[in-house]
Amino acid sequence: MVTLTVNGQQHQIDVEPEMPLLWALRNEIGLTGTKYGCGIAQCGACTVLMDGHPVRSCMLAVSSVQGREITTIEGLSQNGTLNKVQEAWIAEDVPQCGYCQSGQILSATALLSRTPHPDNSDIDAAMAGNICRCGTYVRIRRAIHRAASDKA
Amino acid sequence: MKNTTQTLSRRQILVAGATLSGGMALGLFIPGTARAAAPELEPRYWAEDAPDPREVNAWVVIEPDDSVTLRCPMAEMGQGTGSGLAMLLAEELECRWDNVKVEFASVNRNIRENTLYGDMVAAGSRGIRTTWPYVQQAGASARARLVQAAASKWNVPAAQCEARESKVFHQPSGRSLRYGELVKDAAKIKLSTEPAIKAPEQFKLAGTRQPRLDSAIKSTGQALYGIDTREAGQLYASIMSCPVFGGKLVSVDDSAIQGRRGIKQVVKLDDAVAVVADNYWRANEALKKLKVTWDGGAAAKTDSAQFARDYRDALDGPMVTARNDGDAKSAIAKSAHVVEAVYETPLLAHATMEPCNATVHLQKDRLDVWMGSQSPLQNAKMAAQEAGLKPEQVYFHQLYLGGGFGRRTFGDELRHAVRVAKAGNITQPLQLLWSREQDMRADRYRPQSAIRLKGALSPDGKLEAIFIQSVCGSIQRSTGQKVANGLDPTSLEGIGPSVPYNKVPNWYTGQMLKNTHVPVAYWRSVGGSQNSFYLESFIDELAHAAGKDPLEFRRSLTDRVDSIAVLNKLAEISGWGKPMAAGRGRGISLVENHGAVGGQIAEVTVKPSGEVRVDRVFAATDAYHVVNPNLVDAQIEGGAVFGMSAMLFGEITIQNGAAAQGNFNDYRVARMTDAPEMVTALALTGGRDDKGKPKWGGVGECSTAPIAAAIANAIFAATGKRVRSLPFKNVKLTELSSL
Repeated sequence: MVTLTVNGQQHQIDVEPEMPLLWALRNEIGLTGTKYGCGIAQCGACTVLMDGHPVRSCMLAVSSVQGREITTIEGLSQNGTLNKVQEAWIAEDVPQCGYCQSGQILSATALLSRTPHPDNSDIDAAMAGNICRCGTYVRIRRAIHRAASDKA
Repeated sequence: MKNTTQTLSRRQILVAGATLSGGMALGLFIPGTARAAAPELEPRYWAEDAPDPREVNAWVVIEPDDSVTLRCPMAEMGQGTGSGLAMLLAEELECRWDNVKVEFASVNRNIRENTLYGDMVAAGSRGIRTTWPYVQQAGASARARLVQAAASKWNVPAAQCEARESKVFHQPSGRSLRYGELVKDAAKIKLSTEPAIKAPEQFKLAGTRQPRLDSAIKSTGQALYGIDTREAGQLYASIMSCPVFGGKLVSVDDSAIQGRRGIKQVVKLDDAVAVVADNYWRANEALKKLKVTWDGGAAAKTDSAQFARDYRDALDGPMVTARNDGDAKSAIAKSAHVVEAVYETPLLAHATMEPCNATVHLQKDRLDVWMGSQSPLQNAKMAAQEAGLKPEQVYFHQLYLGGGFGRRTFGDELRHAVRVAKAGNITQPLQLLWSREQDMRADRYRPQSAIRLKGALSPDGKLEAIFIQSVCGSIQRSTGQKVANGLDPTSLEGIGPSVPYNKVPNWYTGQMLKNTHVPVAYWRSVGGSQNSFYLESFIDELAHAAGKDPLEFRRSLTDRVDSIAVLNKLAEISGWGKPMAAGRGRGISLVENHGAVGGQIAEVTVKPSGEVRVDRVFAATDAYHVVNPNLVDAQIEGGAVFGMSAMLFGEITIQNGAAAQGNFNDYRVARMTDAPEMVTALALTGGRDDKGKPKWGGVGECSTAPIAAAIANAIFAATGKRVRSLPFKNVKLTELSSL
């Protein structure tokens, strides 16, 4: 048995300790907002927050995240209130296909929590691990600035 | 398995926003009220397969409380058609836009009811430009029924009644009825003639900048993609195809996975092997441990270097004439100033963010399919054939697509899922998911091609003739379609008839279709992805050879209003002609692609090391009429980045008959660090075609086609060096000689 704390809730799941967190979330816990894109930590679609830091859940064994606080996209909005990054994403109509956006939003959330007013080079550095094939980068950049400006 | 996701609709989010910030809710999102009034797409959006008693017709459902459900016949893969077609329907229906939901029209019903939703093919930038007549008609027809129902109730002529804001009004008597009160009667009305549809000039909602309908569900993890299907008792499969395309499976040694947890079975197909398990990760890990023997046949000895030589050599061979205006051959022979160049481009993968997948539940007399497809009707028919069922026994549940770009038209992943379910006698729902490696190695790629271009300039720098010899993989041939007269229109796009110029007096385009064992298919902007790079780079070469400004040189080649409008808009927004610092350059490109004219100007910085950064891109587009400029902008921005990614990095190489790349570590794509600033503008010229119908262009691809040449031309402007072979990552700029 592995105990995971996801979005403030504890889950006891009976899986191999080496199962990546991604597949525990998607297949065992039923949270499908975290996406599979590459399986080798290259694309960022599977990004979740571990104690507030962005991590790639596709290469993170469940055994290594016991006792840590995991936040997925489903945990960002609480009691019907979106976080400011999500609000900015909607205001800028960032998503196209939308598949990578859970990961993008979590990476951006982590960026803003450590750098509340990032410049473009901060954004480049923090977001370089998240691929978007639809090419929404221009609007992602704009949405991060919006979220940082408090007008989101 | 329970999905614990909390469901937040856009409206609930707004309500929540209002509690937080006390009355400032509208300002939370975007200025104005449009955001608050936006309707929504649902996380799960396929329609029921049985007719709904609340339907006015198959496209429109109205509840007693006036809320409206509109049915969209096109997949939503990011291109925004799920929002755009709903706007067109609502435009004709005259319903309130703030009380609308959108769902995906039933594929099964389309099969049973004589394809009333059309072919449902979301490809070729056709979402709006080929569907508007029947989508508008569906909305107009529903509105006419509602009006007739009210007129009958009041016993007045329908002509005295007017529909607006989800109500029918009778001005002379001041009476009105809500749509919700009329829907039952309206559904029974048979119209003697179908009503006329609106001309774009009459639009009130369509043509205005509106938010997309799925931003909220896609910013909260709620939108459901094919991969998110979770049916009771569902099993998971991971599959590997023979690495050499067209090769066969010989044998599988599965001793290494005996006794592994969760493994249900190993399923062998002719050309692939799959592992079925209770969890995808278990299936995929086990698949990697199988010892598989393949027979790749003669193709296993091929590689990209040989293919590239073969394509270049074929340039000297026979060609089939695709276009022949005037006498280009003699014009070139007689000219004192001939420019000549050979260009080439590689195979490209689609690499959609969501790897291809399909979930199937195969029963004796029924097949359920859950997937995101660009061509669900054709895919459903194919699946029926694979399963030995009738098409109407297939129930296709269309989900959101995690990217399409042409890849999700063929249903290869669905074919795998049905075959594995059938061969393995699997009675539970089965989700077959391609690993990223399978997705990249079993892709159908953008064709490889090579081209030779010649141009003849007059002594005063006028372009007198273009002579093109092209060798290109045929998509039609590779996908089993008929190739008529040795020519494939998809391989000719951008060098044949579809070019933005009409004033080059002598023009020859010849083509030789040349395929290998590697499957090729539609890749966003299709022929334009390579041909527009060729032609627009070469036009730039000619402009410089003629000593002319590249934008003005292009202007001299055309008097088409659309091309001129785009050039004018580009000049206006880009500051074209202003001097740039050393090491920087500006390049222009103009294309016709999928019914629209797209122009771009790229600004680049070239470092002394030869490294290139695309700083800014200006894009102007004439699609004649558009439904939602906000989503058009998004398509232009994204399409340019998609094309830039291929120009800079994209390349599938073949080694021993198989794709050498398998994931994002060796198939590099554009990231945030590569993304330029984008300035987009519309240059809409409206107008009618020769049949008097309003002109509509596609916007999903006309921004992908121009970018490669715009960047290459900017590199030339900065360095005097001409990039003639892609991707740019293979070009050693410091070693390339200046022209």
